[in-house]
Amino acid sequence: MMLDSPLSLRRPFRDRSFGLMRKFLRINWLFVFCVCLLAGVGYAALYSAAGGSPQPYAEGQIIRFAGMLVVMIVIAMIDIRFIAKMSWPAYIAGVLLLLVVMKFGHTGLGAKRWIDLGPIELQPSELMKLFLAMALAAYFKRATVEQTGNLLFVAPAAVVILIPVALILKEPNLGTAVITAAIGATVLLGAGVRWWWFAIIIAIIAISAPVLYEHLHAYQKARIITFLNPGSDPLGAGYNIIQSKIALGSGGFFGQGYLHGTQNQLNFLPEKQTDFVFTIIAEEFGYAGSMAVLALLFFMITLAFHTAITCDHMYGRLVALGIGTNLFLYCFVNLSMVMGLIPVGGVPLPLVSYGGSALTAVMLGFGVLQSVHVHRDVEFTGHTDD
Amino acid sequence: MRRVAKERNAFTRRAALIGAGQAVVFGAIAARLYNLQITNHSKYALMARQNSISERLVAPERGLITDRFGVILAGNQQHWRALFMKAMAPEPDAVLENFYALVNVTSDEKTRIAQDLAGHPGYIPVLLKDYLDWQDMAAIEVNTPNLPGVIVEVGASRVYPLGPMAAHPVGYVARPNQKEAAANTVLALPGMRIGRTGVEDEQDAVLRGVPGFVQTETNVHGVVVREVAHDAGTPGENVALGLDAGLQKLAVQSLADNTGAVVMLDAVSGEILALASTPSFDPGLFDTGVPTAVWNSWMTDPKNPLLNKAIAGLFAPGSTFKPTVALAAMKAGTLTADTIHTCPGYLKLGSHIFWCDDHSGHGSINVVTALQVSCDVFFYKVALDTGIDPMAAMAHRMGLGVDPKVDLPNAATGLVPTHEWARKHRINWVLGDTVVQGIGQGYTQLTPLQLATMMARIATGNEVQPHITRRIGGVLQPASTTAWPSLNVDDQHLATVRKGLFEVVNTPNGTGYAARLLLPDVQMAGKTGTAQVRNNTSRQERDNFNDMELAWEQRPNALFIAYAPFDNPRYAIAVVVEHGNYGAQSAAPIAHAMMTYALQNDPAGRDTPLTGPLQIATPAPPVTGT
Repeated sequence: MMLDSPLSLRRPFRDRSFGLMRKFLRINWLFVFCVCLLAGVGYAALYSAAGGSPQPYAEGQIIRFAGMLVVMIVIAMIDIRFIAKMSWPAYIAGVLLLLVVMKFGHTGLGAKRWIDLGPIELQPSELMKLFLAMALAAYFKRATVEQTGNLLFVAPAAVVILIPVALILKEPNLGTAVITAAIGATVLLGAGVRWWWFAIIIAIIAISAPVLYEHLHAYQKARIITFLNPGSDPLGAGYNIIQSKIALGSGGFFGQGYLHGTQNQLNFLPEKQTDFVFTIIAEEFGYAGSMAVLALLFFMITLAFHTAITCDHMYGRLVALGIGTNLFLYCFVNLSMVMGLIPVGGVPLPLVSYGGSALTAVMLGFGVLQSVHVHRDVEFTGHTDD
Repeated sequence: MRRVAKERNAFTRRAALIGAGQAVVFGAIAARLYNLQITNHSKYALMARQNSISERLVAPERGLITDRFGVILAGNQQHWRALFMKAMAPEPDAVLENFYALVNVTSDEKTRIAQDLAGHPGYIPVLLKDYLDWQDMAAIEVNTPNLPGVIVEVGASRVYPLGPMAAHPVGYVARPNQKEAAANTVLALPGMRIGRTGVEDEQDAVLRGVPGFVQTETNVHGVVVREVAHDAGTPGENVALGLDAGLQKLAVQSLADNTGAVVMLDAVSGEILALASTPSFDPGLFDTGVPTAVWNSWMTDPKNPLLNKAIAGLFAPGSTFKPTVALAAMKAGTLTADTIHTCPGYLKLGSHIFWCDDHSGHGSINVVTALQVSCDVFFYKVALDTGIDPMAAMAHRMGLGVDPKVDLPNAATGLVPTHEWARKHRINWVLGDTVVQGIGQGYTQLTPLQLATMMARIATGNEVQPHITRRIGGVLQPASTTAWPSLNVDDQHLATVRKGLFEVVNTPNGTGYAARLLLPDVQMAGKTGTAQVRNNTSRQERDNFNDMELAWEQRPNALFIAYAPFDNPRYAIAVVVEHGNYGAQSAAPIAHAMMTYALQNDPAGRDTPLTGPLQIATPAPPVTGT
């Protein structure tokens, strides 16, 4: 191993005594740049959503983002080993928060999802996705191939996944519950759990789907029905999907021009500043604009996977995998929903949609991701000894 | 360390697989975007345009109706109406309550609003109140925060500045009924009106215009965000009538509380200068909807305010028929200017006695004197000598008992009986019927317009056709410039009759002497008429009882026809005052006032009022196309 200067980024990082400056420089600034770029796209979209005004969406959102950017950088410099130690307390706190929401939560759109924490409203289910990834990473950080092939070893992890998923389902928030389960499954898969077990579980869910359907909330059933046939009630539940598709389709290749999307400016887009924010970009910037945003998102996911792959320790790998997958699932569900590929599910487009809770959760996750990146080559005590 | 590396490779492999799966999903999303944004772009772009741009037809502005000088008889006025968009109101019931507290809305209307709100989707506005006054407007304006979803919008309503005074000739408009709206989609437009009577009906196609359109961008609630394009359409043509508003007002005012009609014609062109019928009605009420109480009062009124008596009221002409009888007899050769008949005060036919108006008799008189003093016996004899068919033929030539061909709807044809008519209607025509035909009683029924037409024809010797429309869109109508063909009535005969009519008005013995013009160098010729509307008993006839003692509806109708100036006829008039007793008593003064006004202001043949010094009896300028 060649000797590097103390500030060299290639110098192995095994000791936290190297100081904050070193950590700061080890942050993946390309990723941070992408995050800022995405937030900029969000600002532009929200500015347009308000008819060409920073009020009431864009300004508040960018201020929140700036605050969370600082938080993200701070978290990035917290030692990943400390974060790993906090995994289980965070998980337990998350589950408790979900229980609190069930008891005292603020009901919105037929579901109890929100906790009012004074200035910010918090959606514990958003945080839970991060905490679940952390907890599973902590569980599997020293797992051997034999252990991951052992059903008795994996079963507790499944329970760890199912507890928050069940609570989120109970809220009820089908979209987030499915995403949470998918994150858990991905982390398990990354940890080496056998893939055919997942195939079996998916098959069981598919078979029992009709039974589950009967237990869905009325609005959830309505979403599924209107998804299957959006034209049935053009001004009712299917209206959102139709208007959304019109907005996307009318964009064409170069779009109708910034602030000139008729669907957006004339309020045909429902919830346009939140879940359907992508339609603004697609309508006003066209296929070119939406593909650019899509590329940016995919590049960020790729960077997260890069962080996972280049990490020396299993905890960091799995957490980064979970966070990257979370970003992917956000994009997938939101975009598919907007394009009418899957039922509408109240899932925002991260950093672009208006709303504090998702932004907070996503930025916390990115902070942990960067902590992994910064501390990618730290030694977990006892890790290499087995 | 090997184990670590192996483990790392295994994780990298798995992560790469997961990443690849996610990349595939992103590829699918990109493909879907391509499908939506590129492949199906035109389809969705069209949907977006339809979504946001809504085109709606708008009612064109209806053409104005003016008098010959441009005085507006039917105009358009903007009014304000309140609409309610349920979709924009979080609590519609509360908004309605607030609205009702501010603006007076009848309980019937409230029921209608509730039905409309229940029946329409939330994004279709419901009319809350039409014709908002300034107080309503101010109240709504001030309370806007309490009235989410309430929209104040402008509409056009038809106004009639002269109100009831010109209601009959001008007519009125109303909302098209459902059948009409179904037959012509243009009529289904909100704000569209259809003419119901008078010129509004006759010239409806001209006045209506061609609808325009407004393209508006609407948001999801259907609320108009901005106007993209506006085509006002083609407004209806303005129609200028031959009427002179001053004469029209004078006619109505002269009739005062009487029930009756006045028609004044330009004797040369046939243009109707005044066409009054009383009592009248407020034509503006139809635009908003006539209140039930008002409608019922019109329907039950024995004076029938909705009937245009000037063109559709049928009256026995009485003695005003005598000039026609004289002309018929002279043409038939049964009468000459020198023929003398003796009037003993009555004519005995078989056992029946036909009294003269003057029971003491007029003595031996010629036709001029007979007209002057309105001797009935003279004309009984003339009628007996001539027979009804020649009399009817001359009457028809004078425009009596035939289609007046006037450009107004519902003009009556009237009746001058012939033998053929009697046969057709299985009427046993007796000689007595012929006798009373000589004095315009019996079966004969005519409209005031026909009497005025007859007067114009006798005055000019031409086959003048009455018409009311003078200009359409500024273009002088052919009827106003036509040189009417000759009547083919012997000039000598006409001169004899005109002399009789001159003496009626201008000699102290004449029945119309009181109505003579008090203007220098200009005389009027005319004829009084007093037409019974009941069959008096022979005893009453003999006793020459006072008609004024009868109940109003039993009294005779008073008539007067006249033309002036005598030596250069320009104005012809017919006045009927129902149950006004003697023509000289109630009808002639109206003709006097009208004729005096007409001669002083000389509206005939002009589009601009007379401004220079008064020029009485100057030959009127020929009708030109200016």
